[in-house]
Amino acid sequence: MIWLDTLLQGVLLGGLYALFAAGLSLVFGVMRLVNLAHGDLIILAAYLILGVAAVLGVTPVVALLIAAPVMFVVGWLLQMQVFNRVLGDDILPPLLVTFGLSVVIQNALLEGFTANSQKLSLGPIETQSLHLGSVTVGVIPMMTLASAVAVIFLLNQLFYRTSLGRAFRATSDDVVTAQLMGIRPRRIFAMATGIAMVVATLAAFYLGARANFDPSIGPARLLYAFEAVIIGGLGSLWGTLAGGLVIGVAQAFGAAVNPEWQILSGHIAFVIVLLLKPRGFFPRATD
Amino acid sequence: MPILSLHNVSKSFGALTVAERVSFDLRAGEALGVIGPNGAGKSSLFNLIAGNLRPDSGRIVLDGRDVTAAPPMQRCLAGIGRSFQIPQPFGHLSVYENLLVAARFGGALSADAAPRHCMDILRRTGLAAQAERIAGSLSLLQRKRLELARAMATEPRVILLDEIAGGLTEGECGELVATIRQIHAEGTAIIWIEHVLHALTSVVERLMVLNFGRVLVIGAPDEVMASPEVGEIYLGVAA
Repeated sequence: MIWLDTLLQGVLLGGLYALFAAGLSLVFGVMRLVNLAHGDLIILAAYLILGVAAVLGVTPVVALLIAAPVMFVVGWLLQMQVFNRVLGDDILPPLLVTFGLSVVIQNALLEGFTANSQKLSLGPIETQSLHLGSVTVGVIPMMTLASAVAVIFLLNQLFYRTSLGRAFRATSDDVVTAQLMGIRPRRIFAMATGIAMVVATLAAFYLGARANFDPSIGPARLLYAFEAVIIGGLGSLWGTLAGGLVIGVAQAFGAAVNPEWQILSGHIAFVIVLLLKPRGFFPRATD
Repeated sequence: MPILSLHNVSKSFGALTVAERVSFDLRAGEALGVIGPNGAGKSSLFNLIAGNLRPDSGRIVLDGRDVTAAPPMQRCLAGIGRSFQIPQPFGHLSVYENLLVAARFGGALSADAAPRHCMDILRRTGLAAQAERIAGSLSLLQRKRLELARAMATEPRVILLDEIAGGLTEGECGELVATIRQIHAEGTAIIWIEHVLHALTSVVERLMVLNFGRVLVIGAPDEVMASPEVGEIYLGVAA
C-alpha cells in the first residue's frame, strides 16, 4: 500500500511541476522563446505575494489575486520592452537576455529580501488532509493538482476556442504571414507572456504554501519545468501536464527508496523518456 | 482617384536592384496583370506593396493615404490582401480557422459577423467541404484556393495574387480563374502576377511588364503582347 501512497504523492507533486511548466510551454509554443528566467520569475511572484500580504495585511489568497494582474503587466512589459527586441532567427540573443534577467532577478531578490527562507502561511488548511481509504492526501497538494488541470484546460480552451488563441497559433505557425493577416505579433507575444506570468504566480502561490523558498531556488524550478515540457512534447499543453506528473512520480518513488535519490530520480526519468521518445509523449504533428 | 499608386518606388539589395523608380496607378476595381522574366522583381513588388519590404525611396499611396512607412498589418487593415506564390497556410489551423484569423484581425470583423463571412468565402472558393481539415494536409489546388480565400477574408480593396495558377492542371486553373473573375466582378481591384498568360489575359484589363526591376511597358494586354520590346525581353523573340 505504501507504493500506492507514493504514487499518489508523486502525482500531486507533479501538479506543482506542471504549473511551473505551463507558462514556459505557453511562451515556447507561441514564440519559440526559451525563457531561462522563468524559474526566477516564479520566485519573484512568490515574493510579490509575500510582500503584498505583509504590506496590506491580507491573506496569501487575497495577495495572489492582487499579484496575478501585477505579474501580467510585468510579463507584458518584459515582452514589449525586452524580449521582442531580441526575438529573431538567431536563438542566442533571447537565451543570453533571459539568462541575464535570471541573474538580475536573483540578485535583486537577495538584496531586497536577504537569503533567508520564506514561506506563505495559509493557516490550518496547510495541515488538513483527506483520508481516501488507506491513503491520506493533503488538501493543499490536491488543490495544486486540481489547479494545474484547470489551468491546462483553460489554456487549451483559450488556444482552440478563442480569437486570441487562433492568433497565438497562427503567429506560432508563421509570423510573417500572420502580419499580412492583420495580426500584431509583438502584442500577441506580450499577451502570451502576460498570461504565462499569471500562471507562474499561481505556481508561486502553491510553491510558497508547500515549502520554503529563497532567492536562489529559481533555476531548479526552471529545470523541472523544462523537463516536464520536453517529456510532454514541445508545444503540447496536456503533454506538459503529463510531463509534470512523470517528474513528480519519479521523484516520489526515488525518495521512497532513498530520500537522497529524489531529485536524481526525476532527472533519470527525463533521460529515459528522451531515449525512448526523443520528441516527447505528445509532439506536434509537424514543426 | 486611383485606389493604389506607386510613385518612383526603388529598392536595392547591394548591387541587386529589385525595383527601380517603379510608378503606376491602379484604378478602383481594376485588374492589372504583371509579367516579366524570373528575377524581374515581380514578387519584390508585392513585398513592397504589402509592406514586407520598405522601399529605399518613393511613395506608396493607398486610397489617398501614404502607407510607405506602414507595417504589413496596418496595410492589411487598410485594405491590401495578399496570396503567396508558394502557399503559406497556417498549417496547424483548420481551413476555417485560417479564414477566421484573417477576417477577425485583417478584416476587423466582429465575432458575430466573421463566421458568416468566412463560410460564404469557403463556399465561393469551393473549400466548404474542407472547412474542418487541417490546412497543412491540403492538396496544392486546395492550398491555392485557401491562399485566395484567406486574402478575401481580410475584406481587401486591393488583392495581390502571386502566381496563383502556377502548377495547376488546365481544369483546376479554369476553376480558379472563374473565382478570380467573380471577385473582380464584385469590384475588388486585383494585381495578378502570373506566368500562365491565357489565364491572366482572360481577366485583366491592363498588363504591366517588369524587367530588372523597371516597368518596361504598361497597357492593354493585346498591345503589350504585340510590343517588339516585350517579345524580345520577355518571350525571347528577336525584334
